[in-house]
Amino acid sequence: MIFLFGRKSKGDIIMDVVIYTVMILILLCTLFPFLNVLAVAFNESSDSIKGGVGILPREFTLDNFKELARFPDLLTGARISLLRTLIGTTASLLSTCILAYVLSRKDFMFQRFFTVIFLFTMYIDSGIIPHFMVIRTFGLNRNFMVYIIPGLISAYNLILVRSFIDQLPYSLQESAFLDGANDLVMFFKIVMPLCLPVIATVGLFYAVGQWNSWFDTHLYASTSKEITTLQYELMKVLQQSNAQSGGGIDQAARALQTKSVSPLSIRMAITVVTVMPIVAVYPFVQKYFVSGLTLGAVKS
Amino acid sequence: MNSSINSKTPRSSFSGFLRKIHRQRYLLLMSVPFLIWVLLFNYLPLLGWSIAFKDFRLKGPVIESFINSQWVGLKHFEDLFADLGTQGRFYYALRNTLGMSLMLMVFGFVMPIIFALMLNEIRAARFKRVTQTISYLPHFISWVVAAGMISAMLSTEGPINDILFSLGLIEKRIPFLANGKLFWGIMTGSEIWKELGWNAIIFLAAIAGVDPGLYESAGIDGASRMKQIWHITLPCIMPVITVILIMNVGWLISIGFEKQMLLGSDITRDYSEVLDVYAIKYGIGQSRYSFGTAIGIFKSLVSIILVLAANTFAKKAGETSII
Repeated sequence: MIFLFGRKSKGDIIMDVVIYTVMILILLCTLFPFLNVLAVAFNESSDSIKGGVGILPREFTLDNFKELARFPDLLTGARISLLRTLIGTTASLLSTCILAYVLSRKDFMFQRFFTVIFLFTMYIDSGIIPHFMVIRTFGLNRNFMVYIIPGLISAYNLILVRSFIDQLPYSLQESAFLDGANDLVMFFKIVMPLCLPVIATVGLFYAVGQWNSWFDTHLYASTSKEITTLQYELMKVLQQSNAQSGGGIDQAARALQTKSVSPLSIRMAITVVTVMPIVAVYPFVQKYFVSGLTLGAVKS
Repeated sequence: MNSSINSKTPRSSFSGFLRKIHRQRYLLLMSVPFLIWVLLFNYLPLLGWSIAFKDFRLKGPVIESFINSQWVGLKHFEDLFADLGTQGRFYYALRNTLGMSLMLMVFGFVMPIIFALMLNEIRAARFKRVTQTISYLPHFISWVVAAGMISAMLSTEGPINDILFSLGLIEKRIPFLANGKLFWGIMTGSEIWKELGWNAIIFLAAIAGVDPGLYESAGIDGASRMKQIWHITLPCIMPVITVILIMNVGWLISIGFEKQMLLGSDITRDYSEVLDVYAIKYGIGQSRYSFGTAIGIFKSLVSIILVLAANTFAKKAGETSII
């Protein structure tokens, strides 16, 4: 249709209308679930049950959050999630950067060999059960370290950091070598400070991955109450609503029903707590990751 | 590329090798621990594939159980394919995996390209930036949270039912997540909702790399914006599209299992159980480890074949290949 109009401007207008309409629809679809969860979490529970809560609470209250105090597992979960995010991100970030630096050194004797070995891990998938067996062999199940060690370095992030180091001017390193710096000093004093943009990107990826992870808890630590994570606790609560017809998972399901606050409100309150850290830091870090990500992606 | 830092020529003799090790001792110190790590956690599990050919039972330590178990050849693979023939759980798992993957490949692949092209046409820089930023947001939430939101949206009292009801499109509220026939569509929609903006990043970057001179000369020749997209932007980003497509084909069979596991239930299991869920349920849940491993191997083999096939096809078609 657009082509039939000889004048360009008319087609342009139609196109703009279509594009902006679609974009606004996409924005609405993306944001609505977030705002709705927020609204229900802050809405009076007895009112939420009637349905129809949109993006704003009808009867504002903090009772749903106060009610969360009845779930001591949540507090443990939040603590473990925070710990694994802090420790895991630091360990992964440091490991990834150190390794990426070594692999960027063309004069390193095993440079090609090591690179191939690490990159190949992107294509191999040994499957869940062999991995499970290895974790058990090393006694990592029911151990906090299962959150840190098996996923220490992601090959994808390794490539991001390496391609960033590759495009730094090599002359900096050469002159530092002439001044007598060794490889360790070189990495920590010269290369690492220059890598801050990519460190921000990769750090964000690791941190989000750690905070969001639930399946490792499910598989390796579901019976160890002291190291379950917030996501896992949320998962248990959410699954109860799905499993209502098939019988609840454990007593927490029944506990949810007893008090004055409905399970729906509790679920939404927990969801808000779980997603809050991400939404809170998101506006501040989002400008870093796009630049860090596209650099590695387009370069290749 | 760069000349090596230490300009001494490497000697082939043993003493030269030792000297090199000594000279690069810090680099070795900085990498060998990680080499051990990758061998233990990424390559050692590959040896674990052998338990698919054994009757592995976990009694005590893993290694001891491994030594004590009997070799049984292809028995577990035969069981697996027998399950396929009789339309057992494996048949459903394979069908659901492929069905959902294909749907996702078509829609989940095309939508980010369209989104990127549309976003690129927006001239208002601020609106463009805000749209982009918001579109990434769902990528950063966990599937647990996303599943919670999706089931709230789709519940019988949820907003989607509200809207459809008030518009008079439905007479009775639909329990979306309890209807198996809708499950594949819901999974595809959820994945697109979560990853649309994120998956568009790579295409946006590719579009940004197109030579602006091409548009200028096309504009002078009187090409409309639609025509410019069709004849300039798309051909220019074709190599990126092809590479992403090939990679997607390789992942066809490993679509992930989190959303299916979290949103599926016993009612919808004929439509929600995918290969990974099948392996977890029957492999780990029922301690049939050998059988579960056989499923994993099957999955990996299919995935390799698919990547190679897609790569060959792309090469024949004259596009870029990744291998």
